[in-house]
Amino acid sequence: MGVRDWLNERLRYEAAETFLEKKEVPVHRYAVSYYTGGITLFFFLIQVFTGLLLLMYYRPTSDAAFESVRLIISKVRFGWLIRSVHVWSGNGMVAAVILHLLATFFGRAYRKPRELTWISGVALLAITLAFAFTGYLLPWNTLAYFATQVGTEIAGDVPLVGKALLVLLRGGEDITEATLSRFFGIHVAILPALITLLLGLHLLLVQIHGMSRPISVRVTGSERFFPEFMLRDFIVWVALLGGLAVIATLVPWPLGEKADPLAPAPAGLRPEWYFLFMFQALRMLPARILGLEGEMVGVTLFAIAGVVLLLVPFLDRWAARERSHPLVSILGVVALAFAVVMTALAFLTGL
Amino acid sequence: MIRPRAALLVLLVAVAAGALTLTAGPIPLPVGGRVRAAPASARDSCTNCHDGLGGRLAVPAENIPYDAHTRSELRCAGCHGGDPTRVGMDAHDPAAGFRGKPRYEQIPQFCGRCHGDPAFMRRFNPSLPTDQLARYLTSQHGQRLAKGDLRVAVCISCHGVHPVRPVNEGTSPVFSTNVPATCARCHSDTARMKPYGIPTTQFAEYRESVHGQGLLRRGNRQAPACNDCHGNHGAAPPGVASVANVCAQCHSATRDLFVRSPHKRAFDTLGMAECTVCHGTHNIAFPTDVMLGQEKGSACLQCHPAGTAGLNAAVGMRGSLEEVKGAITQAEGVLKRASSAGMDVTDARLDLDEATSQLIRARAVTHTANPPEVQKVTAVGITAAGRARAAGEAALAELVFRRRGLGVSVAVIAFVAVLLWLKLRELKRTSG
Repeated sequence: MGVRDWLNERLRYEAAETFLEKKEVPVHRYAVSYYTGGITLFFFLIQVFTGLLLLMYYRPTSDAAFESVRLIISKVRFGWLIRSVHVWSGNGMVAAVILHLLATFFGRAYRKPRELTWISGVALLAITLAFAFTGYLLPWNTLAYFATQVGTEIAGDVPLVGKALLVLLRGGEDITEATLSRFFGIHVAILPALITLLLGLHLLLVQIHGMSRPISVRVTGSERFFPEFMLRDFIVWVALLGGLAVIATLVPWPLGEKADPLAPAPAGLRPEWYFLFMFQALRMLPARILGLEGEMVGVTLFAIAGVVLLLVPFLDRWAARERSHPLVSILGVVALAFAVVMTALAFLTGL
Repeated sequence: MIRPRAALLVLLVAVAAGALTLTAGPIPLPVGGRVRAAPASARDSCTNCHDGLGGRLAVPAENIPYDAHTRSELRCAGCHGGDPTRVGMDAHDPAAGFRGKPRYEQIPQFCGRCHGDPAFMRRFNPSLPTDQLARYLTSQHGQRLAKGDLRVAVCISCHGVHPVRPVNEGTSPVFSTNVPATCARCHSDTARMKPYGIPTTQFAEYRESVHGQGLLRRGNRQAPACNDCHGNHGAAPPGVASVANVCAQCHSATRDLFVRSPHKRAFDTLGMAECTVCHGTHNIAFPTDVMLGQEKGSACLQCHPAGTAGLNAAVGMRGSLEEVKGAITQAEGVLKRASSAGMDVTDARLDLDEATSQLIRARAVTHTANPPEVQKVTAVGITAAGRARAAGEAALAELVFRRRGLGVSVAVIAFVAVLLWLKLRELKRTSG
């Protein structure tokens, strides 16, 4: 009995091989959108790998956090590369997950029977943003400190539970070491546990239902998932790895100055690009709307938008009947244009 | 109700007193604050009557809410006597201690009755000194006043009157940032200063000096105003012997270095006023290295002609300074390049800070006029700058290593991508 047979007898991997041999990917003009999920997965794996390495030196206290990151980038062999790749790849993951969501939305890939795949995907988007938000504070530099202050203040505007949510996030009234250790715990334990479960479910559902074919798009054929599509995926991954290496080396992510809670907030303070549209929109709202606090109304509207996004498969009844209704596309374009215009406005006004 | 006859009498007395003041000491008084009616708590028969009199006689009543004394529950009668519970001219009863408005020359004693009494002052502000009158009497102002000169400053000339504002309030004429302008009201007045034969350019010079810029432009209250060098109540020009001590109130380390120099004995022998010989008096400019050496603007050239041992020593010290400055500039350039390329050079910056500290120290040590001593300090600075430069160069070398490593990595990655692509092509070909 050879090793292969011995392993197969115990792992039954032949079943997986058979599954992969049979799995096919539709070929059509928008087939490139199938890579967005794989790209997100690539960035996720990079995050796990680099995050584990950073964990060996990072110390989550207000006294030591900044110095430990400085140690990583200045003294630890290739620490600068690992940290820079982690930050750039984190940004890449947010961008990829947004692209994946858009491809899925406009391709109506959420329609029956993939409702749960969509819901788990939206939850994964939320977790990715939570990863980005909590990770941003960890170097404990000035920008991170004050951006987190602003960000948690927005959470404090959530109606009814805002104050409790703010205290829960910060571990008190203010951003302190309690906030740092809380964010660290969330970033390296709670969110990884959640993402592992949800990503497992998401990938399982993708395997069960296969690749979705966009409505009213002519499918010109199909190709095998293994090895053809997978090889293409790997080529994309390898290209991305090269891109990451280039950007992380030539544009290392700056560390900035150590946070000083007693110092005034620096000028030009703004959240990261993926939260900018929300921040700009809240900023533009009047102080009072219908007698209610403007920001609170804004946060409520964003929360409603989040719920609507989650329920898209159940709201778009046309898609369930294999119909691509223009209203859904128009709403999607309007939402996307809103986010793009608000982000551009924030950049133009020097927020 | 104010009786018309009583009001008329008050008016006549006030006009007579005012005329006396105008002829006695025409020092323009600082402008008071906003005018508004005194609050009910500060009102008594004094304010009730004087408010109704209008014009100059109403000003004290209108301004009393802003007066430092009112805040200590002292009202008009606290200084002027009388009985504020009685109405009209009855309140001006000499039997009730009414002493009215003091004559100009009486003002120091008038204020000193309370401000020179420690037991009395303790009831209101125990931290306030009570030697103002004694010091005033030793000042140029006080001595001239004692000789009958009614043109000199008395208490109200600087502190103002009705209201006398607390010294630590920004609107007080003697608040530190206002002191130069307050002194200048008289000391920049050429007509007023003519009889005394003293210059009137001090304020104009001070305003442009390093001290004036610090205090008046940047609002740095640690920068000295007139009173910090001349004294306030005991105001007098510092004599030749005391100039160094006056400057040493702030520049004590520099004074300690200076007393070790050969200049100290020479200046004492020649009767020269130490610090001011090189730095000037009211026009003290921000000191630059040009002051040392043989360039135009050098202070050394005032006394040491070219080729003398003194000037050679100055040139030697300047050379040491330039050497450390050069080392700092070079290190800064390297660190800047490394930093803009994203390299962490925080530790090297600490060395650079050390070099800069040594440069500052060396500049102070030039007051010893001892070139070897200066060189000893600059050598430490040069070593620190050298460490910073070496760290910067190491960072730049690391940068080159990184970029080479990146080139190799990208080549390997591209090679793998090509292999994968070739494999894909082969698969396509074999599958038909």
